[in-house]
Amino acid sequence: MPIERLLGAMMLVLVATGCVPVLRGTGDLGIVVERATGRVQVVETTGRSVLGTVEGLGDLSHAAAVFSRDGRHAFIFGRDGGLTKVDLLTGTIAARVVQAGNSIGGAISDDGSLVAVSNYEPGGIKVFDTATLRQVADIPAVGADGRPSKVVGLGEASGKTFIFTLYDAGEIWIADLETPDRPHIRKITGIGRLPYDGLVTGDGHFYIAGLFGEDGLALVDLWSPEKTARRILDRYGRGEQKLPVYKMPHLRNLSTAGRLLFLPAVGQHVVLAADTGTWTEAGRVAVLGQPVFAVARPGGRQVWVNFAHPDNDAVQVIDVPTMTVIDTLRPGKAILHMEFTPRGEQVWISARDSDEVVIYDAETRKPVQRLPADKPSGIFMSTRAARMGL
Amino acid sequence: MSTRAVGVVIACLAALPSVATAGTGEPDPARRQALLHLLRQDCGSCHGMTLKGGLGLPLLPDTLAGKDEAALADVIRNGVPGTPMPPWAFSISPDEALWLARILKEGLHAD
Repeated sequence: MPIERLLGAMMLVLVATGCVPVLRGTGDLGIVVERATGRVQVVETTGRSVLGTVEGLGDLSHAAAVFSRDGRHAFIFGRDGGLTKVDLLTGTIAARVVQAGNSIGGAISDDGSLVAVSNYEPGGIKVFDTATLRQVADIPAVGADGRPSKVVGLGEASGKTFIFTLYDAGEIWIADLETPDRPHIRKITGIGRLPYDGLVTGDGHFYIAGLFGEDGLALVDLWSPEKTARRILDRYGRGEQKLPVYKMPHLRNLSTAGRLLFLPAVGQHVVLAADTGTWTEAGRVAVLGQPVFAVARPGGRQVWVNFAHPDNDAVQVIDVPTMTVIDTLRPGKAILHMEFTPRGEQVWISARDSDEVVIYDAETRKPVQRLPADKPSGIFMSTRAARMGL
Repeated sequence: MSTRAVGVVIACLAALPSVATAGTGEPDPARRQALLHLLRQDCGSCHGMTLKGGLGLPLLPDTLAGKDEAALADVIRNGVPGTPMPPWAFSISPDEALWLARILKEGLHAD
């Protein structure tokens, strides 16, 4: 179904005035992924409504999105290797390619010219021209051990540079695509076992890879010329037996609260606070399950946390000044994702098994609206376009 | 597509209870639905919603061919130490794990 309401309104105005189309910005727009049906909703956060849906995006069971720098187009990465460029204003697919068999996420260059996709099968990244989705580079991920590796944690560094992590090989690669047909790749090996995700911090200064097989994380200072990885928050589990993890934490979309970066621990029911000046542990907050996302409200006063099975019906809110859990919310069944509006007054929460997006007032922590959605998962606001690391 | 395929699987299984399930303590239809939901959505968070693999291995019939059902059930219940595969014994019984192993080897999907 196209964006009938929007187009209908545009048509009415066209008819009434003869020529002037409805103009609108994209700053309050976003998308909601409907994971089981290969569809996204285009939503707006001012009136909190669904403008329309866009179909035909393939398998969106693990989907992520980045935005063009003008906030008009979303590039959506589907599980089946599909890369789809959706026009938020017309509610149509502007371009689409199926570029691999099994993919996980992507990133867009600072200048908006290149979009990169990270793939599990075949493991590596592929890079595309954002205007046409023509492929400009293919970088297979083969570790120092000579074996292909799944790629996770793809982000962008300054310039036309992408940074990503090899899950099987335990390496971080930094690929400079200033000349896309001859990419310059720096490989950092031996970062630790089973890195499961990575992120570029919101100031573009650091890249962090979470390590499933270690009691710590790997940090790369992207400003340093040597660009080596070092272990941070080492032994945060204090040698205790790890609890089973029923869903891997996600690191992207973390943001700092003042000097603190809040990170989900692995195998511990704890959210860790890292001091971004020293990269030492500044505190920890016990939560009710294995955290998946720990998302700081813009401004950094709170961190909202969701959880792996079997605690995936809960959301906890951490008050940053006191480092305590001040609320436990039950928005619905199977909470998959949380996304704040740009200034953080609302948070949109997807409740997959309730078939709803539940919108909370971040200040009162009360639901203000529920929007129907078919098995909603990722929610992505267009203002990600202007944020580093997203 | 896949929901229909699951529906067909369930319908077939329901139609052949005594043949397919003799002596195994097979889960009742409501529990099967719950297990299939768990398989897609929660196992699926690593193995893919269509079970074609993600960070975790694919769980499709050709990748599981030659693997013993009892061994698969043991992996489901007890996990694989040193890997992200967690133990599910807290919510899946031995009979349920065997049923899941069999379903996986037979194939959940028409595709």
